[in-house]
This record gives sequence, structure tokens and C-alpha cells, in this order.
Amino acid sequence: MKYTEDHEWLRVEGDHVVVGITDHASEQLGDVVFVELPEPGTSVSKGEEIVVIESVKAASDIAAPLDGEIVEVNSDVADNPGMVNEDPTGKAWFFKMKVADLSALDGLMDEAAYKEMIG
Amino acid sequence: MTDLKRTVLFDLHGELGGKMVPFAGYEMPVQYPMGVMKEHLFTRAHAGLFDVSHMGQILMTAKSGRVEDAALALERLVPVDILGLKEGRQRYALFTNDTGGIQDDLMVANRGDHLFLVVNAACKEADFAHLKAHVGADCDIGMVEDRALVALQGPEAATALARLVPDVVEMAFMDVAIRHWDSAELWISRSGYTGEDGFEISVPNKFAESFVRRLLGMEEVAPIGLGARDSLRLEAGMCLYGHDIDEGTSPVEGNLTWAIQKARRAGGAREGGFPGAGRILKELAEGPPRRRVGLRPKGRAPMREGIEVYAAAEGGDPIGKITSGGFGPSIEAPMAMAYLPADLSDGATVYGEVRGKRLPAVISPMPFQPNRYKR
Repeated sequence: MKYTEDHEWLRVEGDHVVVGITDHASEQLGDVVFVELPEPGTSVSKGEEIVVIESVKAASDIAAPLDGEIVEVNSDVADNPGMVNEDPTGKAWFFKMKVADLSALDGLMDEAAYKEMIG
Repeated sequence: MTDLKRTVLFDLHGELGGKMVPFAGYEMPVQYPMGVMKEHLFTRAHAGLFDVSHMGQILMTAKSGRVEDAALALERLVPVDILGLKEGRQRYALFTNDTGGIQDDLMVANRGDHLFLVVNAACKEADFAHLKAHVGADCDIGMVEDRALVALQGPEAATALARLVPDVVEMAFMDVAIRHWDSAELWISRSGYTGEDGFEISVPNKFAESFVRRLLGMEEVAPIGLGARDSLRLEAGMCLYGHDIDEGTSPVEGNLTWAIQKARRAGGAREGGFPGAGRILKELAEGPPRRRVGLRPKGRAPMREGIEVYAAAEGGDPIGKITSGGFGPSIEAPMAMAYLPADLSDGATVYGEVRGKRLPAVISPMPFQPNRYKR
């Protein structure tokens, strides 16, 4: 898995990349009560805010980690936002995207670097 | 957070894993490891214990020694019937200002020969000065500095507290009493701010930690932070001062006319005679231009404080603003309070602008979650 500074994880699955948020991010957010996902087919650029997460405390945005196109979203998460707290790195993935350039993942953190970042 | 004050229970919050945040000048627990959602649901199912020691506790005694004189003095500052408040009873009140806005909301108890007031943490110094300035000639006003205040709220609160103070089960909603636990004098009221049955207990600082530890040792009781306190009070339709009511909102606009008893209204025995009476009595007679209402967003997206509300899905200017909003764990849906034109009634659909999109919400009666007081 690869990680962004915004606490997203990325897992390569064939020629797609699956994206979600880390355990650390889910803990920091607190109980998630609402998730808004992008439409499949949307073209996104790196840094563009494409997912809204609302916890009992506040709203936060998740940005596209790389340039690409959304190919699938996990509607289970929108229907049952509590999943984000229960299984953030498994069942509660947010979207799958086709990235313009898979080698762009090389620029992201690996697990050791991410762990070091969150301390 | 060095300039923040701490309550006497600060070390215990740390031991319990409380996540501390600044609130009204104090370092207070926003949540414990259980988390806001579970803490909220625990309180509605069992008994939640809240540290509310940051709130102000004020004693007000007439120099004449007669509680009636203290009551009449306080009536000069609140649009509430204090003279009619019986010994051993408590009532919700509001300090109004000269323009009819609200300076603070508070609880007032008649304790036989004096009044006991509980006021908001952020306003307590100002309230104390206000009382000193306006009724100080007739009354001794004392800020209680040597007591903690805890709330025990939920359907199992009475069972839990009765293990330490058996006869609390005989108290009814809004009763106040002084009882002893060991050698500690407890000032107990059967009230709270969650919509549940429960108690607020003022306990001397030196006994506070041992008292709270005894309660937390019971299976029914868990510590609850400010996060769940906020969602509980919002589900119960209760105002948070500085958000849902403030110096610009009148009690009538704030939908708090129930707190203004007949004696203080037009034609009443002690009509008017409080700050801002002109505006408040006029609004009681003619209706206010806007009113605090409940909103139930139709989707799942919470509508939070500051969100602008529109009459239509497109076009037009905002008709009001959300003053509190979030997700209600018990009603399993988002909920909010807003000030909207008074001609809109329950059932009407309005639109909150969330992240640039206007989402529908229905004006709904409050409380969102039925209250369960022991009358």
C-alpha cells in the first residue's frame, strides 16, 4: 500500500487504484455519519476535493491522490458511513480510479514513511 | 493551553483517557475513548456522568433575609416568575438586555432563605458583575468557588445515585434538595440538559473526585464528554447559549416564551419590569419577525452552524441561518436549529446551502428526541 499526506491509502488492483482513508485518519475523525462520493466517470486531478466525510465533530474533504478517472465508488459506504470507523482499510474503500500514470504512485509514501509521519 | 483553567476533576479526565479541548476558558474533555456516538447512546440507555464544574454557581441572598426580596430583585433582570417559585423548586430563566436580547440562560432554585443560580461558564463573570451592579444593593451575591458540579443523566441515573443518596428517588423533575453523602453536603437538582431523567449535583471540591469515582465504579455509569453533551441537548431541542440564543435574539424569537410566566406578561401581576420588556412584550403580543425552529435535513448530510437557509431550491436571498446542527445518534439522522421568518410553519420545506448545493430540510417540531423527565 501507498499513502498520502492527507491520510489516504492506495492499493493497486490490476490497472486500477483503490483509495480509502487510514486507521489513523478514521480515529482522528471520530464517528463518521455521512460520506459523499464522486460520480463514476468523473475525471479528477490530483489535489481536487472529491469526497466529503462528515463525522459527529466536523466535515472534512478527501482529495484525489493522483490524476485520473473515477471508475467505481463504494455505495455501501454512503449507505452505512459507520463502516469507515469499523474497517477503513478494508470494506470501507471509497473509490477506484484509473490513473493516468501508475508510476506516479512511486512518489507516494510507503507504510514505513507514513508511520513515521503520524509519529 | 497554559492559560486555560482546569476543573478539580482534570486529573481524573486524563486518567479516563479524556481528549481535552479548550471550552469557555477551560480545558475540558470533548470525548473519552468510547467516542461521541457511543457516549451519546450510552447516556440515553444508562447513565452518563458529565463534569460541568466550569459552569458558574452563584448564591443570592437578600440583605433583608427574606427569599421573597431576593426573588423580586432577580425579577428585575429576568422575564421570569421567580416570586412564584416554591421552596425546593428550580426553574429555567434568562438574563435579558436593554434591547430585549439574551445575555445568558440559567437555572434558578429557591432554597428556602436564598436563591441558587447556575449559569453558563463563558458568561459567569459577566453575570456576576451584572447581578452585583443591579441587585447588589439589596442582595449579597456570592460566586461559589469551592464546589464542583457534575451531571448524571439517563434512565438509570436515579438507580445509580440512590446507592449513595437513597432518597433522591423521591425527587421530581426540577426539585432541588440538600443531602449528605458521607460528610459531604451535596446540592442536588433533578434536572439536566440532555432530555433524560437525571440530576445535577454540586459537590465540595475536596469530595468531588471520590464522589465521581464511586459513581463511575457502577456498571450503569460512564464518563461522557462535551461532544455527546452537545448532540444530546440538540436532540432534546435545547439552546446552546452563544449559538442558538445570544444578545441579539429575544426570548420570543428564541421560542422560549414558555419560560415567561403569566405574572410577567401583559396583564400579569408583575408585568414587565425586566430589561428589554418593551420589545419582548410587543413580540409576545404581535409575534416576532423570526423564530428559532427545528430542521430535519431530508438527506444524510448534516447542516452545521452558519449554513444559510433559502426558501427555494434556486435563486433568492437567504431567509435565515443555522445556529446549531449535526447528527443525532438516537434519531439516526441529521438535525439542526435555525432562525427563520415566523410565518413559516412546521412541515414547510426550506433549503440549506451545503458546500454550494441547496439541500432540502423540513421545519420540524422539537424536541427531535422525546424527553423522559420524571414529573
